Amino acid sequence: MWSFSNIAGSIQNWLNQTFSPTWSLVMQMIIAGIAVISLFAVLGLILVLMERKVSAWMQIRLGPNRVGPKGILQTFADTLKLLVKEGLTPAGADKLLFNLAPVLALVVGMLLMAPIAFAKDFQLWNLNIGVLYVSAVSSIMVISILMAGWASNNKYSLMGAMRSGAQIVSYELSAGLSILTIVVLCGSLNIPDIIYSQADGWWIFKGHIPAIISFVIFIIAVTAETNRAPFDLAEAESELTAGFHTEYSGMKFALFFLAEYVNVFIVCAIGATLFLGGWMPFHIGQWQSFNHVMDYIPSSIWFFGKTFFLIFLIMWFRWTFPRLRIDQLLNLEWKYLLPISMINLLLVTVIAILGWHF
Amino acid sequence: MFEEIGTTTEGDLIINVGPQHPATHGVLHLVITLNGETIKKLEPHLGYIHRSIEKMCESLTYRQFIYVTSRMDYLSAHINNQACALVVEKGLQIEVPDRAKVIRVLMAELTRIASHELWWGAMAMDIGAFTPFFHAFRERETINDIMEETCGARLTMNYMVPGGVMQELHPNFQKKVKEFIKLFRLKVHEYEELLTGNIIFKNRMKDVGVLSKEDAISYGCTGPVGRGSGVSCDIRKLYPYDAYDKVQFDEVIETAGDSLARYMVRIKELHQSISIIEQLIDNIPEGDYQAKTKAVLKLPKGEFYQRVETARGEFGVYIVSEGGTTPHRIKFRSPGFSNLSALDKMARGSKLGDLVAMMGTLDLVIPDIDR
Amino acid sequence: MSNQALKEKITQLLTTATFDETGEWLNISIEATNWPAFANQLRHDENLLFDYLFCLTCIDNKTNLTMVYHLTSTKYRHNIVVRANVDSIKPEIETVSHIWKTAEFHEREVYEMFGVNFLNHPNLRLLILPDGWEGKNPLRKDFEDPINMIKL
Repeated sequence: MWSFSNIAGSIQNWLNQTFSPTWSLVMQMIIAGIAVISLFAVLGLILVLMERKVSAWMQIRLGPNRVGPKGILQTFADTLKLLVKEGLTPAGADKLLFNLAPVLALVVGMLLMAPIAFAKDFQLWNLNIGVLYVSAVSSIMVISILMAGWASNNKYSLMGAMRSGAQIVSYELSAGLSILTIVVLCGSLNIPDIIYSQADGWWIFKGHIPAIISFVIFIIAVTAETNRAPFDLAEAESELTAGFHTEYSGMKFALFFLAEYVNVFIVCAIGATLFLGGWMPFHIGQWQSFNHVMDYIPSSIWFFGKTFFLIFLIMWFRWTFPRLRIDQLLNLEWKYLLPISMINLLLVTVIAILGWHF
Repeated sequence: MFEEIGTTTEGDLIINVGPQHPATHGVLHLVITLNGETIKKLEPHLGYIHRSIEKMCESLTYRQFIYVTSRMDYLSAHINNQACALVVEKGLQIEVPDRAKVIRVLMAELTRIASHELWWGAMAMDIGAFTPFFHAFRERETINDIMEETCGARLTMNYMVPGGVMQELHPNFQKKVKEFIKLFRLKVHEYEELLTGNIIFKNRMKDVGVLSKEDAISYGCTGPVGRGSGVSCDIRKLYPYDAYDKVQFDEVIETAGDSLARYMVRIKELHQSISIIEQLIDNIPEGDYQAKTKAVLKLPKGEFYQRVETARGEFGVYIVSEGGTTPHRIKFRSPGFSNLSALDKMARGSKLGDLVAMMGTLDLVIPDIDR
Repeated sequence: MSNQALKEKITQLLTTATFDETGEWLNISIEATNWPAFANQLRHDENLLFDYLFCLTCIDNKTNLTMVYHLTSTKYRHNIVVRANVDSIKPEIETVSHIWKTAEFHEREVYEMFGVNFLNHPNLRLLILPDGWEGKNPLRKDFEDPINMIKL
């Protein structure tokens, strides 16, 4: 059957046979780099279009419908516009940090692509601490936002960046703790291990109510971490005009924009991997025949289907809820989510030790 | 934290909100002194859209000056015009036909609904919910269509003239308004489901921008802002004009004085406006739509004042006449100007994020403030 | 309170006040110097309680300026109009912004439009006109602006 791992494997075999091992490794790296960059571009195009279509659907309007059939080429036109626009650097800005910030945001997104399993046995880097790596690297995102806000020499940007700093640092805790619940349940930080442990059912079903609680907390926390509404205080349009990227224009702005969407994709991919089984098809315990039927759907479709479902969920939030205030946002984290996730982690540990999960 | 709120010390962050800013809905300019996220002082700088309409009106005749007033509070254009028509009628002692009175009230209430809908959408957008804006505009569009049919314009209708209204109602008017009312009753319910009950929304609105009753009176806050603070200030009820003494409606009063109270006043006012329209739409009296007036109007020497209730509050027209065809002095008492003056009082000590909630519920229309 | 009762009451407070009942509301003309004390009495007197200043403006009569204050009581629902003449060359009157807060903005508007100087006003600066506005006050009758004003 057609699968990503077979393609990857045959390419690797061919490279190993044709070139020396060093050159083969270099070639593989180049191919992986190109693949990630093109995935970035494609994701950006698809997610921006999806966001516009989803918002249009919720707002009883049509959305983009002029460029290409049903407007699917709209994001190409937008990208072209952003590419040819003048990239302004304000006079009082710290030039180095100002130009570095969007690149850093993008690099963080690229790094996070590494341990994600896109399909069965298809992964750029099988890291034994994959989950830890993701939560560690994603924290660097806040530095790029702080850099952008500070370097812009704009009060709105600075306030946006400061809000964002407080917000991301706080919500990292809840996101980390809810990831830990799954790590405790399956006993591994390795992403393929976590996925294989869900072969008889996804953790959200196997882990009783604590798993559902940590799933909900995870979704809330990552929405906040990616600065999406209702937690979009860093770029709260009606308060701070555009927050940390007020002064950015042209391609530099586009990089921030792209990084936001790629980050949404990555956190949703992590959520899908941890709670919804990643590429693992929908399996129920020992129902062999049912599980076989499910296996006929390619694993990449399972992965992208789950991820896009979570992305849709996050978009749904954005177009429905009003924005929180900064103190309410921090209250929510420190007074509610953090204690709940701590107690939840304790519960899950008890469940895992006593083997109560399925 | 320990220094007194309201003073500026070195190291305070001073930011300019506006004149171009997404939350000011126009060219309002606020200079805000911040301590972190907390507002210490707020000062409005006005005049970016000042056209000196009062000076303009001094050289316009009593028929002409009405049209300029549509450009002040463009969302309550009808009601502004109504005030001007009423003050001229008061000066000349013109008896307006009953039909014209009822038509004026119908139009004024439709305008009020349209204005409140725009406010609802824009306010929701201010506090970060984008979707309500489009839902509100869907119904507002229907009102605009109705207006276009009868008045010939969608926003600045200029339908009122001294002595009545400019022309006969469109034959479809009654049918369309009835259809609209039927639909709108359902939609108001939808609005409330979409926003009013939302917990984030409630937390953003409750206890934000509290204005006590005494302050509301002292600052001259009227309309939903005054009534949200428990001040009975509905001119339609207190000093009825046109056909308002013939209809049954309640003056909506909330006592909390916070943003949520102001929000609730406007939402409940929508229901009252619907009820007024329902009472009148089937009972439009037959007769002339305009009283016979002289071609050239000359107000007798004296002073005339007329107050009406626009969607934003008490709107007053003060004319000093020296007996000529143009006013000697004309003063428009605009509700937004007084309501805005209370913003500093409300905002001190609250967060920057609350400012947009306050400005949203003040329902500021900048041309109305600047005139 | 009816106009007659108001008239009697106000005569007690300020004997120099003159009345004009031709308009819709009772018109009271006073001396500008009496205004601050009189305003205080209007606001705080038990039977008057004029707590709501709904209109504050100025009229240019060419020879002099007239300050006009429209007052209403939210408790008793009676209205009066208080008028005070001020000099047109050096117009000065005491502020009432500490009695009715709304007067602060309205007085600033009158200050820039008519040039009336409000004594003891907490923040008497330009509100609507651009910073650094020089020249005459726009709403005065003798204001000329050949570029923007078209004579009809």
